[in-house]
Amino acid sequence: MITITKQKPLEEILPSLGKGKKVYIIGCGTCATICHTGGKAEVLEMKEKLEAEGKKVTGWMVIPTACDELTREALAENAEAIEQADAILVMSCAFGVQTVTMYSDKAVYPALNTLFVGKEETPGHFIEVCMQCGNCVLATTVGICPLVRCAKSLLNGPCGGSVDGKCEVSPDTPCAWQLIYDRLKALGQLDKMEEIVPVRDWSTSTSGGPRRFVLTDETND
Amino acid sequence: MKAGTNLEKVLESGRFAVTAEAGPPKGTSAAVMQRKAEALRHCCDAANVTDNQTAIVRMSSLAGCVIMKQGGVDPVMQIVCRDRNRIAIQSDVLGAVALGIGNILCLSGDHQMFGNHPTAKNVFDIDSIQLIQALKAMRDEQKFLCGDDISGEVPLFIGAVANPYADPFEFRVARLAKKVKAGAEFIQTQAVYDIDKFAKWMEMVVERGLDKQTHILAGVIPIKSAGMARYMRDYVSGVTVPDELVTRMEQAQDTKVEGAKVAVEIIEQVKEIPGIHGVHIMAVGWEDIVPEIVKQAGLLPRPVL
Repeated sequence: MITITKQKPLEEILPSLGKGKKVYIIGCGTCATICHTGGKAEVLEMKEKLEAEGKKVTGWMVIPTACDELTREALAENAEAIEQADAILVMSCAFGVQTVTMYSDKAVYPALNTLFVGKEETPGHFIEVCMQCGNCVLATTVGICPLVRCAKSLLNGPCGGSVDGKCEVSPDTPCAWQLIYDRLKALGQLDKMEEIVPVRDWSTSTSGGPRRFVLTDETND
Repeated sequence: MKAGTNLEKVLESGRFAVTAEAGPPKGTSAAVMQRKAEALRHCCDAANVTDNQTAIVRMSSLAGCVIMKQGGVDPVMQIVCRDRNRIAIQSDVLGAVALGIGNILCLSGDHQMFGNHPTAKNVFDIDSIQLIQALKAMRDEQKFLCGDDISGEVPLFIGAVANPYADPFEFRVARLAKKVKAGAEFIQTQAVYDIDKFAKWMEMVVERGLDKQTHILAGVIPIKSAGMARYMRDYVSGVTVPDELVTRMEQAQDTKVEGAKVAVEIIEQVKEIPGIHGVHIMAVGWEDIVPEIVKQAGLLPRPVL
């Protein structure tokens, strides 16, 4: 599982940095490196681009895992170069950007769009398989999530737009319910497709501000 | 009787029903809907008012239904799950009943990427089958989805759609069965062009006895031009248009006359399929042709009940 990111266009990054001339760049050695969006090569490339646009890069680093607590120490170790900068440009997912924001008083800006938390299907091809809804349905859908893989998050089987195993939204997207149907058929459990799944409790999802979770002795009882 | 609407009366009396479709305007003109009501009043038992079909913003289905009703047409309010959550949908249902609307058709809704606001956020809080269940509970138990009581009666005649041309084909009958189990009292199908496949699907429907538990109306979309035939064949997902039909339209001298003729032929054929209780003619933007098609199909006059 990695966080999939994509670089924002320079035309968006530059104005977001504001009038300040000096920038410090932070990359991430984990997900953003795998996605080729915020590893060392991309950080150095960004440095050149910003300098070509008249910015001065006061320094850069690639934090092993930008979303980790160790980011605080990394920021402290590089305090001098960071202090000279007007802004920090973070080339990591939004987790990393917000971790830097938490431990630095500087203005922090993202260089990447965080697309989704996903997996690499084939080299260079990433797919979203879980939307962290907080109320897992995989037990009834034989391990394939319709909430994230169906364009309408349907819970009671494929809509009328499922044709030849593909979603109406894109010929490149398999219909999640065709996948579920095929697997249930192979397992001899097609009767599960006949059960009506009642309305869902979305309160565990992203409808109520930041979700929190506290680990206690009783948590997993 | 569940709601006592004209559509329910015609279907429950065992007569062959005719419904039509009236797409609301991309604007504020009540006159547009009034004209459609005028065109459809004597040739159908009820008319569906679409809910932002193909995800293009139009006058709301609820408002359109009220105008149709004022124009003497029994309206079928379409509700899609794409744009509203359970709070908004239930609220609209209360309003619809207050305004005398009794037929509601439940659909998932075309994905917003096909419409004129592709950057919109979709909702899909509940799906079409859950919507059918919700309406049934509102009517039969006078309860909202949360379990709270509704004050007053909620007389509804509940409908749903079915697409025999979508995949997996074998699941299409099971999906219909789910909708019937959830509470769908009438079904309007996707447009029928491939009669053989439709007949095969209906055979499976009848085998499961579903035609005895719900009223199935076969969908008919009159084709206006050869270009429309090609477009429907190549780009409309979930619709199967045979090549022969495209060729026929390409060779026609007057495509409108030919298109109406094709629609009449389809009606005559589906009418003979066991278990079919009516037709649903979707001539969106070409409502004027509906009376002619219904007349040619020998379905006039419509019953007065």
